[in-house]
Amino acid sequence: MRLGPLGVFAGLYLMVLYAPIVLLPMFAFNSGTIIAFPLQGFTLNWFAALLDTPALHEATLNSLIIAVSTAIFATILGLFAARAATRYSFPGKAGIVGFIMLPLVLPEVIVAIALLIVLMQLGLNSGTWSIIAGHTLICTPFAIAILQGSFSNMDRSLEEAAVDLGETPWSTFRLITLPLVTPGIIASLLICFTISLDEFIIAFFLSGNEPTLPVYLWGQLRFPARLPVVMALGTILVALSVVLLIIAETFRRRGLKRAGLKDTGGFL
Amino acid sequence: MSRTPIVTLTGVHKYYGDYHALRGITAEIGQGEFFSLLGPSGCGKTTLLRAIAGFEDISEGQVLLDGKDMEGVPPNRRPTNMVFQSYAIFPHMSVAENVGFGLRRSGKSAEEKRRAVGEALEMVGLAKFGSRAAHALSGGQRQRVALARALILKPKVLLLDEPLSALDKKMREVMQVELIRLQREVGITFILVTHDQEEALVMSDRIAVMFEGEIAQLDDPETLYRRPKSRRVAEFIGSMNFLPATVVGEGNGRVSVEVLGLGRTELDAAQCPSGARGGAGEVGVRPESLTILYEGQTAEGGREADGTVKEVVYYGDMTYYDVLLDGTPAPVRVSMRNMPGRKVLDFGARARLAWDPRSMVLFC
Repeated sequence: MRLGPLGVFAGLYLMVLYAPIVLLPMFAFNSGTIIAFPLQGFTLNWFAALLDTPALHEATLNSLIIAVSTAIFATILGLFAARAATRYSFPGKAGIVGFIMLPLVLPEVIVAIALLIVLMQLGLNSGTWSIIAGHTLICTPFAIAILQGSFSNMDRSLEEAAVDLGETPWSTFRLITLPLVTPGIIASLLICFTISLDEFIIAFFLSGNEPTLPVYLWGQLRFPARLPVVMALGTILVALSVVLLIIAETFRRRGLKRAGLKDTGGFL
Repeated sequence: MSRTPIVTLTGVHKYYGDYHALRGITAEIGQGEFFSLLGPSGCGKTTLLRAIAGFEDISEGQVLLDGKDMEGVPPNRRPTNMVFQSYAIFPHMSVAENVGFGLRRSGKSAEEKRRAVGEALEMVGLAKFGSRAAHALSGGQRQRVALARALILKPKVLLLDEPLSALDKKMREVMQVELIRLQREVGITFILVTHDQEEALVMSDRIAVMFEGEIAQLDDPETLYRRPKSRRVAEFIGSMNFLPATVVGEGNGRVSVEVLGLGRTELDAAQCPSGARGGAGEVGVRPESLTILYEGQTAEGGREADGTVKEVVYYGDMTYYDVLLDGTPAPVRVSMRNMPGRKVLDFGARARLAWDPRSMVLFC
């Protein structure tokens, strides 16, 4: 392959994009306590240190609870919205759909501050449940975008055919619609889970004394000696995110193939 | 032929907001009939089919299926089944699962269901395909699966929404014959929606030609072709030449018309579906009812006219000529069967035309 100027540009672009991320595992396995080159020796100490930090375990558990709940809520809401948007026409549909999709472009810091103000005005304590609410708000548009694809790829007469053959609307949903959009549902669950797990701003504003993993990580940055441990944790998170995204995309593609359709783009 | 009515439509109207999609459809479709709804796109034929199936609520009027009013009856409780234009084969199921889908609530044993699916697949010539994945089928095979699936419940009426439009020409012709055979075999009433007039003529016992939400004419294929009631129907079914004509006299069930380019002709009153109101009108004549006379041949009753060949289209078995009759502004189309020993005329040649007045229709 000939490397033209565009090839060089692409190479540089990818390097700038991924070099910092590559540094993460490098220092996570480096035995020196200071984050600097040259690398010293190979060690798994930092990963071992992760195991005996109870605060970290709590933060991880918090994050998992939040991410799983968010994924489920956002996907259920997305399922309803996507079906309505692709199957029915009603007055003001474009506006309503646009309004639901708005959090996609809304600055998260605004969402976070607004939520915090509302909570304080209502005299409620922020906590895990309020982070779930905030994350559901920002994840629902992603769920809708993915599920809308699944629904619009599905021939409408499939549902009609099932009704025509004696099924009720509900059993049609169970026997025909759900199996055909399942790959989309799984993709949506995984992507919402990933977004929620990584999310910092909303979690930081609302977490109170129950930090999530990213918030805990940020807190650790104040202690230079903990930096390699943070690197180790970051390595795990990056690996996990990539794996989840690949699984999500695999399901989406398998769904298309099963429905015998052409791939019209997706997140990966 | 008188059949027991299975579908009775009375004054059926359908509005979509301001749009008046069906404008008072009244028709009776008999038990065991192969009935077609024929019309250009947007004429309401699919809406009418979906109203019979129960997918569209009608705004006014009545739909009776087997004598029962279908008002408020959902599609899953109507004695109809449908073959969809896209076939709507469930992609996540095998061929056998697709065909057997309608039996889920039948209360039959697994063994009975298996046998019924086998018979249905046999009927459409897919006996060995039961375990195939649905998405691994060709267009014609999908069509057959859709048919077997819709017929397995033994509906009173089978509704077919443009079932052949997705197939190529060869496959379409095969499936046309197949559908006729199948319909005779099962004896179920078929209602076919199509925009293809040839398809409707080939397959139907009766055809309802629809324009703008109304039935323009409802007749058997031969009557529809030979005696169209309006110029619009005549243009839609096959092709027809229209020649300016003037009614010059009538009486005793006969109408005398002066046809531009062909001269004076006597027609039977039955050939004037809209009534001979005197004055100006048009005479319609099919291309195959005009004949080019060869050297030495003479027409019966001296009905001859001279003209010039303006276009020659050779089809192998047939040749189409456009002939400009002397003293007329536009050419007429003539189709001639090609015979051995008979030369195809060249562009610009002179031609003598003969016609049979019995094949003419007068539109006033």
